[in-house]
Amino acid sequence: MSTVRIRIDGEALDVPAGISVAAAIARLPRPFRRSVKGQARAPFCGMGICFECRVRIDGVAQQRACMAVVREGMQVATDG
Amino acid sequence: MAEPFNIVVVGAGPAGLAAAEAALSNGARVAWLDAQATAGGQVWRKDLAHGWPRDAQNVIERVTQHANATWMPQTQVISAESGQLLLQDPSRAWRITYDALILATGARELLLPFPGWTLPGVTGAGGLQALAKQGWPLAGRRVVIAGSGPLLLAAAATAKRHGARVLGIYEQANKATVQRFARKLWHWPGKALQAASLRAQLAGIPYRYGSIVARAIGDGALQSIEVDGPHGVERIACDQLAVGYGLVPNVELAHWLGCAMQNEGAHPYLTVDATQRTSVANVYAAGEVCGIGGRDCAWLEGRIAGLAATGASIDGSVLRKQRHARAFAAALREHFALDPYIYDLPDLDTLICRCEDVPLHALDHHDNARSAKLATRCGMGACQGRVCGTALAELGRFPRSGLRPPLFPARLATLGELDSPCSQGSFS
Repeated sequence: MSTVRIRIDGEALDVPAGISVAAAIARLPRPFRRSVKGQARAPFCGMGICFECRVRIDGVAQQRACMAVVREGMQVATDG
Repeated sequence: MAEPFNIVVVGAGPAGLAAAEAALSNGARVAWLDAQATAGGQVWRKDLAHGWPRDAQNVIERVTQHANATWMPQTQVISAESGQLLLQDPSRAWRITYDALILATGARELLLPFPGWTLPGVTGAGGLQALAKQGWPLAGRRVVIAGSGPLLLAAAATAKRHGARVLGIYEQANKATVQRFARKLWHWPGKALQAASLRAQLAGIPYRYGSIVARAIGDGALQSIEVDGPHGVERIACDQLAVGYGLVPNVELAHWLGCAMQNEGAHPYLTVDATQRTSVANVYAAGEVCGIGGRDCAWLEGRIAGLAATGASIDGSVLRKQRHARAFAAALREHFALDPYIYDLPDLDTLICRCEDVPLHALDHHDNARSAKLATRCGMGACQGRVCGTALAELGRFPRSGLRPPLFPARLATLGELDSPCSQGSFS
């Protein structure tokens, strides 16, 4: 399977092409985001409803990681 | 300038696919859109490692490649007004018009609160399936599947296929009821075969009746769960808990369009006639949004809607099959009715609104969604109350409030396309 190189919070990661950004972040031991009161959160509904997995992708905030697909050179920022 | 289409289909699951195919076969110019990057919906979601189910792949290829079809992936309807839809994808916002609109917006999972449900590692049951199909790493992970209904078997099979160690499947319904349901399955031979195939794939994995996940425990991420079953409380160490209590129709767009609805339990679904027409002129609906009916029902209703919307005649045999498929859904509902004990699981400190971190005790003095929202921010976050509003309705606290545009969080540039955010309805 071909791979693409993305960066998650600056860390380079080679992942299988076509996987979701959520699946890429799950390869690292970090939460996706902090809730308004600071709790660690990660994907919950898996289908774009709950917004628990949102991250910044290539500078655009509030993107649902479960619905985005990795691309070569993609920069992902979690606030975990 | 809005781009005109004869038929616009919202949703690319079985209902949307069947509707698009039927409309295309009658010569219509069809736009079909879905929030996901790939067609198939939830039940036919493409698995990166294993592809689409065979039935799905053929029809998806036929519809996608049709000269009169315009496929709009990663696209959501942000607003609808006077025969136009305002759409947004990751890079732009634009408008389209339709002669007829077919709503095939499907369903989401019923996700109910319990202590620890916000921990990373806890997902929906269909949710884990969706994540795994798009590469979520499960190899060697200890996974527990829980909640209610046949979806749990499908979720367990997907997790196992992706290398998970499935420790058990915990069904809330009791043994006698599930067995009564199993004895009726011969009425639907396709379903009986599917169930038998799933059970064979899951040989060796414990399946427990009358068992409810009462608590998830962990420091920053899931470490174990407590399952309350017929033989007391059992603590199970695990890495991932997938828990879903059934499905709820996605009615937000239909609600905004003014389509008449009924309730099944605490949750609204669309009222349609025998040809899938809603109460609003030129708006049709098919599949789960018309009440949870399953894949076969969605496919048949999509076909009926696509034919009706293009003025074609509908074969009586399709209508008969659709009624038979709906009867299966009714049997499911009856036998997998939720144990009210589930509604008592949240503690006073359990967060109900995950977006705004609103605990149960903060909602104590509110008897409607608006009052709770104004005082506590419950339902004001990014999910727009899709999770907490649905849960609170199921728990019998108060009904969901209707959504107004933007129907999903939108970029400012998209909102700039709205004529007037207050031009329809009132803020409530």
